[in-house]
Amino acid sequence: MKGIITVLGKDKVGIIAKVCTYLADNNVNILDISQTIVQDYFNMMMIVDISLAEKSFEVLVEELHHAGEEIGVEIKLQHEDIFNIMHRI
Amino acid sequence: MISRVEVQETNKMIREMNLDVRTITMGISLMDCAHTDLSVFNQKIYDKITKSAEKLVKTGEDLEKQFGVPIVNKRISVTPISIAAGALNTDTYVPVAEALDKAAREVGVNFLGGFSALVQKGCTTGDRKLIESIPEALAVTERVCASVNVGSSRSGINMDAVKLMGDIIRQTAERTADRDSIGCAKLVVFCNAVEDNPFMAGAFHGVGERECVINVGVSGPGVVKRALEEVKGQDFETLCETIKRTAFKITRVGQLVAQEASKRLGVPFGIIDLSLAPTPLIGDSIAEIFQVMGLEEAGAPGTTAALAILNDNVKKGGVMASSYVGGLSGAFIPVSEDHGMIQAVQRGALTLEKLEAMTCVCSVGLDMIAIPGDTSKETLSGIIADEAAIGMVNNKTTAVRLIPVIGKGVGEMVEFGGLLGYAPIMPVNSFNCAGFVDRGGRIPAPIHSFKN
Repeated sequence: MKGIITVLGKDKVGIIAKVCTYLADNNVNILDISQTIVQDYFNMMMIVDISLAEKSFEVLVEELHHAGEEIGVEIKLQHEDIFNIMHRI
Repeated sequence: MISRVEVQETNKMIREMNLDVRTITMGISLMDCAHTDLSVFNQKIYDKITKSAEKLVKTGEDLEKQFGVPIVNKRISVTPISIAAGALNTDTYVPVAEALDKAAREVGVNFLGGFSALVQKGCTTGDRKLIESIPEALAVTERVCASVNVGSSRSGINMDAVKLMGDIIRQTAERTADRDSIGCAKLVVFCNAVEDNPFMAGAFHGVGERECVINVGVSGPGVVKRALEEVKGQDFETLCETIKRTAFKITRVGQLVAQEASKRLGVPFGIIDLSLAPTPLIGDSIAEIFQVMGLEEAGAPGTTAALAILNDNVKKGGVMASSYVGGLSGAFIPVSEDHGMIQAVQRGALTLEKLEAMTCVCSVGLDMIAIPGDTSKETLSGIIADEAAIGMVNNKTTAVRLIPVIGKGVGEMVEFGGLLGYAPIMPVNSFNCAGFVDRGGRIPAPIHSFKN
């Protein structure tokens, strides 16, 4: 099962490290990353494979959200289906 | 491969434009609960509802997390109680409403619809008992919603029921006078009611439906509004195309949630109701869509045409997004639940008569309109008759959800709270119609061979 992670917030040191460490600790594999910084705002999108994660999707969503709160950015994990179904016929 | 632009677009819709799934409604048949003894019947319906909907709220919350899209309401609709309780040996159905309320609270849904009767052609004993129980039932319960279907294109309009409902609305208003007559916000009078509508207060689980089913209502006026801002000033073809494309995307989200909910709950998927349903939030309003279309306020000349365009293109865009479309599908135009509509009333742009004209092309009817508390029952019946006639002749669903706010008059504000919103009290034409309403009997169904 694939998920999409989006990270949005003011740029600072360690955002990617925080997200990637969490993912590594939870056996979530990163398949793709793209990232931009526009006027100090950090904007990242990741495609991840969560089929080997032990925690449930809902728990990962919640923990990532909290991890984001700790460093002042918004981290969102969503199932890829919502993007596929909305933009593909 | 999912592109960054698509991800951003979806999340922008959710974050900034109020895209949400308005409701997951579980329809539950109570046919097999029929019993002559009140306490046995109540126990049976309580058990069936709480067992069937045990995981409904939790599943909704899980899906919300999984897809990152808000699912605002989790609700239940049941077989019209006048049918399910037909065998009951009792004078009042109020205890049944209380049992339904208890079950709704137990499973954590905010509304349960189906305290209903279908009397378009005539009333059974059970129907009459149910209707007469409505004022008390809505006063003593919190989550139960009632509806009565008084007409249809095939049977005509049951004017005895129309007359009775004017009285019932008044009684309901009086019974909840201490709470701005909120009981009336939970009571809808229909013509051509549909059996699979997931939206309250008119939801019920029709007799042609299966045992248990999941219906989903989508929302998203904010998303349509923002999309239209991008094409401001362009021609109608572009306008229509933009609404269609947006409606498609909104509906796909509903379809995804519906399929997943149905899979997780082990309950078949019923329909998606492709409706734009507003909320009192700024930026989530149908009236604001009219403004982006080029009208100064909802109610200005052109509003009916604008609504017709919106309604039709929401359907055109939505039908391809889901295999099973049903319910009321279109655009709702409630007053108290729509920030822009409230403003239009306050500025004097929108009147009850214009709203009535708009109901010819909207998905439902006169919805959540606060009127003076001294409005007579005959006037209420007259308004119901007008609205039912629009539905009957035009082969569409129409509804009336009027709130005569006891103790308040034109221009005063009334606050219902939450999604029900707030509203200024609108004037009503108070010329007498008692001689018409009091005739009783039934208006025959219209002829449909010479369509005009």
